[in-house]
Amino acid sequence: MVGQNDPIAELRSASKHYGAVIAADNVSLTIRRGEFLSFLGPSGCGKTTALRMLAGFEVPTSGDVLLDGQRVNELPAYRRPINMVFQHYALFPHLSVFDNIAYGLRQQRPRLEKAAIAQAVDKALDTVRLPDYGARRIHEMSGGQQQRVALARAIVNEPKLLLLDEPMAALDKKLRRDMQIELQTLQRKLGITFVLVTHDQEEALSMSDRICVMQGGKIVQIGSPRDLYDRPNTRYVADFVGKTNFFHGVVTAAGAICHIEIAGQARSAAAPKALVVGQAASLCLRPEQISLHHAPSPENRAGVPVTISARIFLGEHTEYLVQNADLGAFLVLVPRQAEAVEGAFEPGQKAQASWQDGAGLILGNT
Amino acid sequence: MLVLPLIVVFVFSFGERGPAGGYAPAFSFDNFLNLGARWAAFKNTMVLAPIGTLACLLIAYPLAYFLAVRASPKWQTMLLILVIVPFWTSILIRSYAWIFLLGGKGLPSLIAAMGLGHIQLINTPFAVLVGIVYGYLPLMVFPIYVSLERLDKRLLEAASDLGAPPMNTFLTVTLPLSMPGVATGCMLVFILLMGEFLIPAMLGGGKVFFVGNALVDLFVQSRNWAFGSAVAVALVLVMLITVTAYMRFTRRWAGGRDDISLM
Ligand SMILES: Nc1ncnc2c1ncn2[C@@H]1O[C@H](COP(=O)(O)OP(=O)(O)OP(=O)(O)O)[C@@H](O)[C@H]1O
Ligand SMILES: [Mg+2]
Repeated sequence: MVGQNDPIAELRSASKHYGAVIAADNVSLTIRRGEFLSFLGPSGCGKTTALRMLAGFEVPTSGDVLLDGQRVNELPAYRRPINMVFQHYALFPHLSVFDNIAYGLRQQRPRLEKAAIAQAVDKALDTVRLPDYGARRIHEMSGGQQQRVALARAIVNEPKLLLLDEPMAALDKKLRRDMQIELQTLQRKLGITFVLVTHDQEEALSMSDRICVMQGGKIVQIGSPRDLYDRPNTRYVADFVGKTNFFHGVVTAAGAICHIEIAGQARSAAAPKALVVGQAASLCLRPEQISLHHAPSPENRAGVPVTISARIFLGEHTEYLVQNADLGAFLVLVPRQAEAVEGAFEPGQKAQASWQDGAGLILGNT
Repeated sequence: MLVLPLIVVFVFSFGERGPAGGYAPAFSFDNFLNLGARWAAFKNTMVLAPIGTLACLLIAYPLAYFLAVRASPKWQTMLLILVIVPFWTSILIRSYAWIFLLGGKGLPSLIAAMGLGHIQLINTPFAVLVGIVYGYLPLMVFPIYVSLERLDKRLLEAASDLGAPPMNTFLTVTLPLSMPGVATGCMLVFILLMGEFLIPAMLGGGKVFFVGNALVDLFVQSRNWAFGSAVAVALVLVMLITVTAYMRFTRRWAGGRDDISLM
């Protein structure tokens, strides 16, 4: 269904400089037709800038923007079959909710019939859970409602490519979940290609076909949510996607399986990126890769003694913050079942933390 | 204190001219019935004030648009200052400059020299209009400039994103959102024009006189304060009607929005 070799849009070594600020640095990215791609990264890493180059609001300082294989660097936004949900909504204050949503439809030539426009707008209002709000003025809507109007204003046009710049940041958790499901349904139904910008790694992980992690204007890794979670390329990605514990050490033997010495102990794990002997690196372990026991850990597991510092009940799981003299503080995620077997751990108690020999990844510290 | 002079004028308007000029108490509507004698002044004012306002608007809008949207920040300040500078010299001096420019030795002689025939410019309604546009342009430019400057430029991007070519964006977003500035500018210029007397006196040469000139004449020259007051009251009434119409217009138009402020 999703054509591997069917790019709808592409950034080729695209850079954007604002004076001395480099907002996008040599960004190369292929967006596949029909996919759901997310940009993930901290504030100021260039996510909006990348979207703006695709939408046609910024001409790259160098490099190219391609749509359907055509170079479109200078093609103005109104000629691109793309719609964008703006980070700051950018709703028209002098128009009603209905007229805001109808705006794009009314620009279409040949002109659409009034009834067709009204029907499409009402449907879009339903989709964003705002039926009967059409007559309202924008300033009569709450922040979250405005955000949904912005969403409706973009999706009503059924563009080939929909760019969403943090479209759900102002929504509460429940509504957010609803909107996420709506968007996914819409994407499957209409075959629209989605590019979503988000700060929220959970949102990116749960919705995307692929995630593009950005840092300082550069793309650091692109991959499926599973790829990114299981095989982060760098410490930065490991830290940004899901929770990770980092145990600092020095590389003693390099290779696909890398050996590292942490506080006098030899450990080994896979290294996705080549490292050199003597380099500062970390063993990265997800909290769920570590388990807790009252008794000394079994044979084939690496273990360390810990003191429980805090317990956070999460329902299905319990998260423990534990302390080890050499490794410092780290997180352990204990499933309910395991807790039923081992019994609960109380803050202040001593316990044994362990993980499968060779589990986790070894990543350079830079 | 603010309304006291107005009350005096109102009372005077029902009196009569004293034997040596000024005011003598009386109560009659004669002055108002006599207003027809000054009909030409009212007519000139009611024709040239709206036309002058419109002419100001037509020149001011593109100027303000250029200043607020197109000019780079560095030029913006420069050009704004250029628009204000004429305001620093007295309107009297500026009008003299126009008397020369539009007079027999100015533009008309240039046009005649080019063999395009002889035309009269000074002492015509056209000359008065030129004076008006020149004198009132900054008053029109500023409110429009402010409303365009405050316009959220991201809205223009949003319109473009939704497929609107630049002309549509201008007509459906920029223009409606700058209407409060347009209304404010028009009202300012219009109200001040209704009382204008210097420009018609100097560039109209006594042929194109405004209500303002009639007032100067009645109060200063013929010293008929009672009739002058009646003319003034009539003028205030006309203004009140226009201002009310303006309020209606902006109120309906803005519909209680908080993103734009009116006057
Ligand atoms: N018009 C501009 N002029 C100068 N610098 C800019 C401009 N737009 C963006 N920048 C800078 O470029 C960098 C990237 O900005 P961008 O808006 O793409 O970040 P972002 O990833 O979208 O951040 P956020 O998550 O906070 O929205 C930032 O350092 C920002 O300050
Ligand atoms: Mg942004």
